[in-house]
Amino acid sequence: MAVLEIKGLRKKFGGVMAVAGVDLEVQEGTIHSIIGPNGAGKSTLFNLISGYYPSDGGQVFFKGKDITGLSPQEIVKMGMGRSFQVTEIFPKLTVFANIHATILYHRGEGLRLFKNAGRLFREETEEILSMVGLIDKAAETSGTLAAGDRKRLEFGIVLATKPDLLLLDEPTCGMSPAETSETIDLIQEIAAEKALSVLFTEHKMDMVFCIASSITVLNFGTIIAAGKPEDIRANEKVQQIYFGEDQCSLK
Amino acid sequence: MDIGRAKRGATERSNTEKWLWGGISCLALIAIPFVLEKGFSQYDLYLVIKILVFALFAMSFNLVLGYGGMMSFGHAAFFGVGAYCFSLLLVRASCPLVLAFLAAPFAAAIVGLIIGYFSVKIKGVFYFATITLSFAQLVYILAFKWRSFTFGDDGIQGIPVPAFISTDVSYIPYYFFALVITLICIYVLWKISKSPFGMMLMSLRENPERAAFIGIKVERYRLIAFVISAFFSGVAGVLYALLETSIAPEILYWSMSGDVILMGLLGGMTLFLGPALGAAIMVFLNSFITSYTEYWGLFLGTTLILIVLFFPKGLGGLAVEKYRTWVKGKKK
Amino acid sequence: MPFDPSILFVQFVSGLSRAMILFLMASGLTLVFGVMNVINFAHGAFYMIGAYMAFTLTQYLTGPLGFWVTLLIAPTIVCIVGGIVEVTLLRRIYKKEHLLQILLTYALIFVFNDLIKIIWGVDLRIVNLPKSLQGFVRFFGHRFPVYYFFIIGVGTAVAILLWLLLKKTRFGKVLRASAEHRDMVGLLGYNVGGLFTLVFVLATWLGGLSGAVIAPTVRLSLGMGMEIIIQCFIVVIVGGLGNIWGALLGALIAGQVYAFGILILPNFAMAFLFILAAVIIIFRPYGLLGKAA
Repeated sequence: MAVLEIKGLRKKFGGVMAVAGVDLEVQEGTIHSIIGPNGAGKSTLFNLISGYYPSDGGQVFFKGKDITGLSPQEIVKMGMGRSFQVTEIFPKLTVFANIHATILYHRGEGLRLFKNAGRLFREETEEILSMVGLIDKAAETSGTLAAGDRKRLEFGIVLATKPDLLLLDEPTCGMSPAETSETIDLIQEIAAEKALSVLFTEHKMDMVFCIASSITVLNFGTIIAAGKPEDIRANEKVQQIYFGEDQCSLK
Repeated sequence: MDIGRAKRGATERSNTEKWLWGGISCLALIAIPFVLEKGFSQYDLYLVIKILVFALFAMSFNLVLGYGGMMSFGHAAFFGVGAYCFSLLLVRASCPLVLAFLAAPFAAAIVGLIIGYFSVKIKGVFYFATITLSFAQLVYILAFKWRSFTFGDDGIQGIPVPAFISTDVSYIPYYFFALVITLICIYVLWKISKSPFGMMLMSLRENPERAAFIGIKVERYRLIAFVISAFFSGVAGVLYALLETSIAPEILYWSMSGDVILMGLLGGMTLFLGPALGAAIMVFLNSFITSYTEYWGLFLGTTLILIVLFFPKGLGGLAVEKYRTWVKGKKK
Repeated sequence: MPFDPSILFVQFVSGLSRAMILFLMASGLTLVFGVMNVINFAHGAFYMIGAYMAFTLTQYLTGPLGFWVTLLIAPTIVCIVGGIVEVTLLRRIYKKEHLLQILLTYALIFVFNDLIKIIWGVDLRIVNLPKSLQGFVRFFGHRFPVYYFFIIGVGTAVAILLWLLLKKTRFGKVLRASAEHRDMVGLLGYNVGGLFTLVFVLATWLGGLSGAVIAPTVRLSLGMGMEIIIQCFIVVIVGGLGNIWGALLGALIAGQVYAFGILILPNFAMAFLFILAAVIIIFRPYGLLGKAA
């Protein structure tokens, strides 16, 4: 079953066609990657899928339902979680509070004005912190974390909304090779443990070919190629766009 | 590390300390009025009550600024509407105290709803400040011009304060009245700040985008905070009217909005009680300094500049930091 | 009593002259924001200093050229003060969030107000119109103060000079580049600190000039600075923050709104400016000529 289906999605900015009719399918429980050079339209595509931008045409189906034109809040509620290229967290709150606040909202406690927040959902918060490996840093101010830990925290926030599909926009952007491979391991672990589907964009080819079970290649807002990693690797058009390294830096 | 357990331990250890401090505070609060009025002067007790009023105003305001991250430059409107609605009900409609006292904050909350509805959508500190200032000034101008209703720039003189809290003979009865009301309101604000709603507010203060992407309807939450803040600012306005027994349109002017922001800055916007401390400092220092010199602005301005540059967490924030370092030092 | 439509023309000219003053002030404010990303709440203080300096200078320079010399000296003194403020104080808050910038510059207003109080006292001051600019001209059967046209002339001249400065000079090019890419300009080897000081000096010069120019037409009081800064904020919001032409357009609109507002609410024409501000902020949040960030 396709957890995400995109048909003919289009978006124009001024005179530029940022996304020019994209079709895409993500199968349930798989890790799908979108690759393409800078300016190919990857982030725009994510913003369209997650409801951050309105589209100029086309449709997006999530778990079989048409979500075109819905607000980000509504889409999140349906089970799509999103991380950003520039990690978005709540900097002045503690690591614990970042996850805690998310869980509180997600469980519908957001409008409770007179309950003590501190006592609610502590175990769930700690569980997620353990899963992303931040339990030791729970009391630290999240703004002071290193890049890799910030990304973990962001994953934690996304996980707290109990998503079925993860949209990860360049999850290893700006990370060192060590941080990158840690993050990739984390994504695989989380996806496996929670039986999630993942759609992510990336630049680093080695990472993509290691964990993705299917790949879409985007350039100038259109799909150049789509399919299994071996097919993409062999595809001439893709090789023309850039020569990807296919070393597997993981187990 | 089990965070839950660490926290519980800390509470147990300081429970006796808490009771001790609580008891001393209570005694102090009860003793103050008598000490001041008999030992010093009525004026000093008047100042303390004024501190209570502005502490409440500043703490209500801080729900929007410190917790919600919105710098409203128009909160004088809610304070003033509370004061005016209450006074007008008493003076023009001979309304019983309890009814007027209940109605006025709701009037302030309604004004908060209207102004807030348009303002919470606005992004950018400067634009938000200007639009709230603009709306509040329109309220000021309305109060000034609508003489037939609000008495215009004559203001409302001689508000009929009920005998049991009248300040004709002594400020002591009114002190206790204002104290009880203020403490109740502060307790409610405290509960709200510690609630899940309070956490939502802080999240959308920190990162509205991220908040939206965990599903929070940012504008709705901001509006709720705004209306609650307006309500309690209105209560402060009522207490002000009862204290002064006369009010004028000046309380709606934007310099009042500026003052309450400065109180937050002085005491610390990140602390719950910070603005209360700021109010106390400002009211007290204003009275003290103006008895020696007419250049209060110079003193206040310089102090605030120093605070922004060196102690942006306010004097309260500074005190808490010093205390924490002192405690850590003791542990070693 | 029949309504005389030519009074509209009188108000129009009055609105134009007010617009020029607002433009002089707002261009400084918007320049500082565009290049340095700072919102200077205390801009009105420089206006006030300009006006009070004009008062003092015209007391001493009583000859026929007195007023003209004043117009040269007063803004210069003001911009020196501006330079000092920038170097000692403003530099420290460039990297801070807008909220703290607004708070610091708001606190600065208190300081300046009292300093002016110390030097000039609380009495209302009056500056006399220079002989050469006194009197009226007649248009369509109405009398207009000559001084209105002087103000309009000064405003237009400054607008042209600013345009030349920004478009044709190297300094102007660097300013425009800084507004777009602050960090790049530093990397290219320009002394960004010095640049910022110059921009602020220019802005305060404009503020001082507008204060000196308007001085003969108003009673100088300690509340002047506050009044004008709020109007400036509205002007830059209407026109678009960071946009000089926006400042001009905003000033022209605000000037007319105020001038006609006086006909409806004689003491509270500001009400119409507040309504204008609210409408623009809600419907055109980046101003009429501004761009989304």
